[in-house]
Amino acid sequence: MLSLRSVSAGYGSFRALFDVSLEVAPGEAIGVVGPNGAGKSTLMRVISGMLRSFSGELAFEGRSLTHLPAYRIVEAGIAHVPEHRRLFSKLTVEENLRIGAFLPQARRNYAERSEWVYALFPRLLERRRQLAGTLSGGEQQMVAIGRALMSKPKMLLMDEPSAGLAPLVVEQVFNLVRRIREEGFTVLIVEQNLQQVLEVVDRAYLLEVGRIRLSGSAAELKTNPMIQQAYMGL
Amino acid sequence: MDIFLLEAIINGILLGGVLALLALGLNLIFGVIDVVWICYAELVMCGMYMIFWLHGFFGWPILIASFAAILGVAGLGVLLHLLVISPILGSAPINQLLATGGMLFFLQSLATLLFGTDFRNIGLRLPIIEFGDIFISYSRLLAFGAALIGAVALYLFLSRTYLGIAMRAIAQDREVMGLMGVDQRRIYLITSAVGGALAGLAACLLVLQYDVHPFIGLSFGPITFMICVLGGLGNMIGGFVAAFVMSQIIAIGGYYFSIEISYVLAFVFFIVLMFIRPQGLLAR
Repeated sequence: MLSLRSVSAGYGSFRALFDVSLEVAPGEAIGVVGPNGAGKSTLMRVISGMLRSFSGELAFEGRSLTHLPAYRIVEAGIAHVPEHRRLFSKLTVEENLRIGAFLPQARRNYAERSEWVYALFPRLLERRRQLAGTLSGGEQQMVAIGRALMSKPKMLLMDEPSAGLAPLVVEQVFNLVRRIREEGFTVLIVEQNLQQVLEVVDRAYLLEVGRIRLSGSAAELKTNPMIQQAYMGL
Repeated sequence: MDIFLLEAIINGILLGGVLALLALGLNLIFGVIDVVWICYAELVMCGMYMIFWLHGFFGWPILIASFAAILGVAGLGVLLHLLVISPILGSAPINQLLATGGMLFFLQSLATLLFGTDFRNIGLRLPIIEFGDIFISYSRLLAFGAALIGAVALYLFLSRTYLGIAMRAIAQDREVMGLMGVDQRRIYLITSAVGGALAGLAACLLVLQYDVHPFIGLSFGPITFMICVLGGLGNMIGGFVAAFVMSQIIAIGGYYFSIEISYVLAFVFFIVLMFIRPQGLLAR
């Protein structure tokens, strides 16, 4: 469904990604794990068009996405839940969802989509007239995911959904991810929280200093001695 | 209360409406595009000339001429964005100020070159309304009403429509807008058109009360900027309130002293307030 072929990217003369290749099949949940500064967020930004790649090929459902602007990539069906959520904090929850449905085809289905998102996160229905900035961290993550789902994407990119949240809330966020999967979305999720993320994905890639070091099924990675030693403290 | 003071206060409120309209337009542009159109009042001047020529010279009905002027100034706003603002969006704020400031002199000089420095009047005299012993000019009342309708329409647009909500959102986080499927350049163009249309509407209202000449913008430009800064740049409600505060100072000052002194008072008030509340009247 999504394929990257030797993608390199970075900022100015600084390179953050070196020849990264990965594949995501329809209905799969894929994790990209690795330490801080490995280039995980850069990878997400390249896929969603927030950042132009230096070289390499990016394709979605057989169509090339290379160097398309971000708004075209949403149109193609990839929604990105950005790092730190990036809500419009001075707009209400409802207005945040409406911005998520900005595309013409999403506008037409706004009533139906918002009902669906509110059914998925009943908490947001209670808070829909509240300013997004006044919500708790977990609720804000729900808004961020809900806003991305409003465009009716085929695939969801999630960048560190558990970052900055209390342990109990982190648990809830991973439950959200599980439910998104059950709804049939293809998911690409970036996380530092390796143990938790390997519980919800089918396969994962290990990214270190901008390069893919390892890839395999979640079960394989969980038992990989190198990963256990370096990332799980076993 | 003294009947003349009451008249001054009412006239102040009526003046405030048009100033509020100008402040809303300037704040909208600043809030969304993050650029100050120094030449905003000169766009109003262009609109006034459009009505003068269409109505006063070619004899179009005033309503159609006004409508054409609103569209015309909206078009000027789009041109200004495409030709001047868009190429320098990423550069330092001082360069953007200099560029739009340059446009101010360009438009003034162009108008002087094309039309000379004559004061021109559209030759439409509206009646004076007598209410008790108070005299209110019909054109001011009309201007106030239209400005209020314009402000309400803008409020509904910004709070109810997808485009309006996107305009408010873009000021909070520009980069993430792309992820929502929003093409920033398109939003900027629409904002420029709306900002231009508000200047066009102001032109329709001002041309009823003032003669048009190439330097008419100087009568409204500086006071509009003061109002915007007083209300907090980019703060719509703050600008709206500040417009009425300033117009009252001018009107009441004009009653007690003279109209020249009242402008001095307004500027002094502005400077003092900048020391007390540099973030603007209504900023939290």
